[in-house]
Amino acid sequence: MSFEWIMIPYSLLTLFIVINYGLLLTALMQKIGARVGRRHGIPIWQNYIDLLKNYSIRSSITHGVMFYLGPVFRLTGGVGLLLFVPTIFGSEMFSNLSFAGDLILALYFIFFGSLGMALGAGESGHPHSAIGVSRGLSQVTTSELPFALAVFAVALQYQTLSVNDIVAAQQGGVMNWTLFTNPLAVAAAMLSFLGSMMRPPFDVVLAPQEIPIGPPTEYHSSYLALMQTNRVIFPIAKMVVYMNLFFGGAASWPVFFLKIFLIYFFSLFIGVVFPRFRVEQSVRWFLIWAMPLGIAAILVV
Amino acid sequence: MKDDFEKLLDQQPEKEPEPQERPALRDIPVREELVPRTVTAPDGQEIRIDPLQDYYCQAGPTVQTPAYTRIIEDLFNWARAESLWILGFGTGCGAIEMRPLMTPRFDAYRYGIQWRPTPRQANLLVISGYLSVKTLKRAIRSYEQMQNPKYVVGLGSCTINGGMYWDSYNTIKRLDDYLPVDLYITGCMPRPEALLQGFDDLKKLIRAGKAEGANKYAENFERYKTNQKRVIKDWDMPDYSW
Repeated sequence: MSFEWIMIPYSLLTLFIVINYGLLLTALMQKIGARVGRRHGIPIWQNYIDLLKNYSIRSSITHGVMFYLGPVFRLTGGVGLLLFVPTIFGSEMFSNLSFAGDLILALYFIFFGSLGMALGAGESGHPHSAIGVSRGLSQVTTSELPFALAVFAVALQYQTLSVNDIVAAQQGGVMNWTLFTNPLAVAAAMLSFLGSMMRPPFDVVLAPQEIPIGPPTEYHSSYLALMQTNRVIFPIAKMVVYMNLFFGGAASWPVFFLKIFLIYFFSLFIGVVFPRFRVEQSVRWFLIWAMPLGIAAILVV
Repeated sequence: MKDDFEKLLDQQPEKEPEPQERPALRDIPVREELVPRTVTAPDGQEIRIDPLQDYYCQAGPTVQTPAYTRIIEDLFNWARAESLWILGFGTGCGAIEMRPLMTPRFDAYRYGIQWRPTPRQANLLVISGYLSVKTLKRAIRSYEQMQNPKYVVGLGSCTINGGMYWDSYNTIKRLDDYLPVDLYITGCMPRPEALLQGFDDLKKLIRAGKAEGANKYAENFERYKTNQKRVIKDWDMPDYSW
């Protein structure tokens, strides 16, 4: 891959589209969840207002340097993940900064934000933050295991670490998707996907009904706004990875929007049906149900 | 005479610095974790810790002026009005009237009203019903941890004049003496519809830029503190909780 300066504005354009789509999609998902509970739900533009409101708070307090850097790390994780993976397959404009070994980098970026958040929330000194962080890290770590196994299975299957090549290998019909060529890996990854979306049954870390909303307990105003921005980018970026690895990628924006919506909807669908797990239950669930699928996927390949 | 005076001047730096303690604070037994103590570090160094001085910021609240041009402040006020985050802290029986707002029948979420579990993220404190002196203490600490701009809504007659607790020894009568109230919702109890109407009126106040309770609190900080300390006899917390 050769670098050209025009790639930077192109990547920023991708980021812009994804932020707006994420803001609307997150609100839409909350609305669908509310409709399941027979509520009307928030307005579709509510996320924009909340974001603007949080940026407009006049005062803010700090607990130290890492408290500042926590949301920044988190946002870096989301934006980095998005920018190093091709968004639209075969498009010069929206391939972003992807390169030959980007799959490994993507795996790293998925975890990067959680670690930054752990340091930042830890410095806030609030006991609820510390509990939230320890819960969150143990849950994310176990839910990452099946995903990592699935990614290795897919990398072995296609003999490459480039997301672009993996998408290219899946072109030419639905039956070429990893979903059908390696269903075990996809199953393991989709179970792991539930664990990282912070929706029931795996949202004990952030759920307001539990110990006050976990890691971001002390975060407010602009810090919180940064984290909200990341909360709309990161799920989309993660779903882009899933879409590219398992569901044949997207060749145009409408296909992209549809596939992302469906992948997101999967976690929402599970979330409104099943009640919440405690952390030790979810850790056990991932190790018993998702891990063997991942190992089997590698063995089969 | 002059020599004596110079001697006195020389002595002064060596004198023990007067600890800046609030007289009212020392009259009452302080909670165990707030008692000044000496801690020995692993390397043998002895550290003197006064939790109220060392763990809490001593500065009071400051007036935060809207430092933007009019049109931007209007935009911000609109955003603040359309995104009211209520602190999930029910002080009295009125809290029961807020629950129906979260459920399908009244569903306040469609008006941009949400409940947040931490004061840092909330910008609206609803004092729901009577406020006992013990709860007032917690309400003050919660209110002070919220970030400017912040709003207070008094729910029910008890927050206006004591309501049916008008002669109680243990509840406050006028909420406005202790926290800057932006809006009262009358009734005992007000129905959820009344609450929605009240929130709608609060939105109008915020949009008009008239809901500056946080700055009012900062300007009249001394008065509010005097009033608060008059009723809270066991004041064992910092004067201002950041």
